[in-house]
Amino acid sequence: MTATLTRTETVTPSRRVSPPGGFAYSAVPWWLTVPAAAGALLVLVPLVAMGTRVDWSRFVELITSSSSLAALGLSLQTSLTATALCLVLGVPLALVLARTEFRGQQLVRSLVLLPLVLPPVVGGIALLYTFGRQGLIGASLDVLGIHIAFSTAAVVLAQTFVALPFLVVSLEGTLRTFGQRYEAIATTLGAQPSTVLLRVTLPLVMPGLVSAAVLSFARSLGEFGATITFAGSLQGVTRTLPLEIYLQRVNDPDAAIALSLVLVVVAIVTTAVTSRIAERTHR
Amino acid sequence: MSLMMQAEVAERGFEVELQAEPGERIAVLGHNGAGKSTLLAVLAGLLRPDRGRASLDGRTLFDVDGRRGRWLAPHARGIALLAQDALLFPHLSVLDNVAFGPRSAGVSVAVARQRAASWLEEVGVADLAGRRPHQLSGGQAQRVAIARALAAEPRLLLLDEPMAALDVAMAPLLRRLLGRVLADRSSILITHDLLDALLLSDRIIVMDGGRVAETGPTEEVLRHPRTRFTARIAGVNLIRGSYRGGAVVDASGLSVLGAVKEGEAVVEGAAAAAVFAPSVVSIHTQPPAGSPRNNLTVTIAELEPLGELIRVRADDHRGHLLSADVTARSVAELDLFPGREVTYSVKAAGVTVYPL
Repeated sequence: MTATLTRTETVTPSRRVSPPGGFAYSAVPWWLTVPAAAGALLVLVPLVAMGTRVDWSRFVELITSSSSLAALGLSLQTSLTATALCLVLGVPLALVLARTEFRGQQLVRSLVLLPLVLPPVVGGIALLYTFGRQGLIGASLDVLGIHIAFSTAAVVLAQTFVALPFLVVSLEGTLRTFGQRYEAIATTLGAQPSTVLLRVTLPLVMPGLVSAAVLSFARSLGEFGATITFAGSLQGVTRTLPLEIYLQRVNDPDAAIALSLVLVVVAIVTTAVTSRIAERTHR
Repeated sequence: MSLMMQAEVAERGFEVELQAEPGERIAVLGHNGAGKSTLLAVLAGLLRPDRGRASLDGRTLFDVDGRRGRWLAPHARGIALLAQDALLFPHLSVLDNVAFGPRSAGVSVAVARQRAASWLEEVGVADLAGRRPHQLSGGQAQRVAIARALAAEPRLLLLDEPMAALDVAMAPLLRRLLGRVLADRSSILITHDLLDALLLSDRIIVMDGGRVAETGPTEEVLRHPRTRFTARIAGVNLIRGSYRGGAVVDASGLSVLGAVKEGEAVVEGAAAAAVFAPSVVSIHTQPPAGSPRNNLTVTIAELEPLGELIRVRADDHRGHLLSADVTARSVAELDLFPGREVTYSVKAAGVTVYPL
């Protein structure tokens, strides 16, 4: 773990542009390092504390038990699907928000970003009253014989619900910071809007898009509240890794710790990959 | 008439009427905020005017009144834009950047690349085809941008200060390149540099406050601006001739010593222009002596107040009307009046010689 951390750290300085004229002054008063260190420790110490409690002799056995593997497999499968869904729905949404103007746009933006600040459990309840048997849409789907609540599809929907704003907000930011002038040039060279999108806009924001997708994947992977409310906790069907950890915490704390460590490693790899990509963009 | 435009953009106080003949090269002069970029944006289709009509080669570009009307999408106009920054697509190689236009027109990859390669050859950077834009210098990138714009085979090329972001040393080479590729090509060039206007345009449009202040053949506008506004930004003394012994000598035998423009080279006997601003001319009632100077005997034709200065226009008896800006006090002290014979004195260092 520490090895991975050092690696992401060594990546950062190279991105820094050396100051003009070779000045090395930094406007950081010394006392600022105290709260800064406290902040870093607040994040690091719990991870280390958890790391010290890992039962390494049973580690492999714990994370390869049938229930763990089922949860891990389900988590990967649903999170990847949710990420794909986020891309399919979120990229157009971000483009529309960043590149067009329409009445009520600000309202749409605020509503789309709502899940960022909403407690996930509330999102779960909202989804239940949308896709549940008696839900707004669920009632009609029920007639067609489609049941979404408490199925794997519900897990995917819950994850997409909470992860979509991450993709939209991060991609909209990228789209706003650059691209528009290139798009204008491309269109005067005779490229139709679809061509501009596929050959200019998307390739230009690709690094931002990849890191946005990685972010929403990570958010999907960690989803708990909306999932347990809307999808329940059926082993192999809706019990994802966070749910499994929550349940094992009581029965078998060692298994919970081992699985938590797996999620920590996934999170670190995710961050490393994203910062690597961000690094490459800045060249 | 190949281009006709008449447009209003209320928000920017823009109201312009413009016509251009096929193959005509137009330079647009004016201060910042005069509406020059708005003009290009409206023509390119990147900005929708509130009201107006335009057509290019018989095709309607727009005919709008408020929200209603006809509007041709920018990609269908055949109007390419060359900006101050090259804006090469960073994810494409130099070759594919230039091939972008042909590709967008539906040409196959192989043919598009072939055309791109020949345009790169044309602008003298064929060896850079495989590079990425971030590996190019500013001047190289702008050459590639020119190739890219031309490869799209536009009916009209818009250039928004294409040399402004370049090193002083790079600009002359690029100017020469543009002079070559723009020959007989319909183009509209925004510039702050009178030399760009002189070398790259047939006609000048001077804009002020969103309107056309003056328009006319390039040399005429540069030499004899009709409005005060134009005189302030465009009025220069210009002598065309051939370069002989450090001076530009014109057909009438008038010889003006000058310094060759930095970065340019003029060959003995080649066509050249000597340009000097009215502000570097001093007026003497007696021929002065001293450092390398051009002393021209002239007869004052008119005196015109120009802000705090007085612009003196005088006839040199060889067919030139030369301008000098002096203070009102000098006019009084020297007792200048139309019909009086005086000597215009210009230091050679104040005269810039350009190759033509």
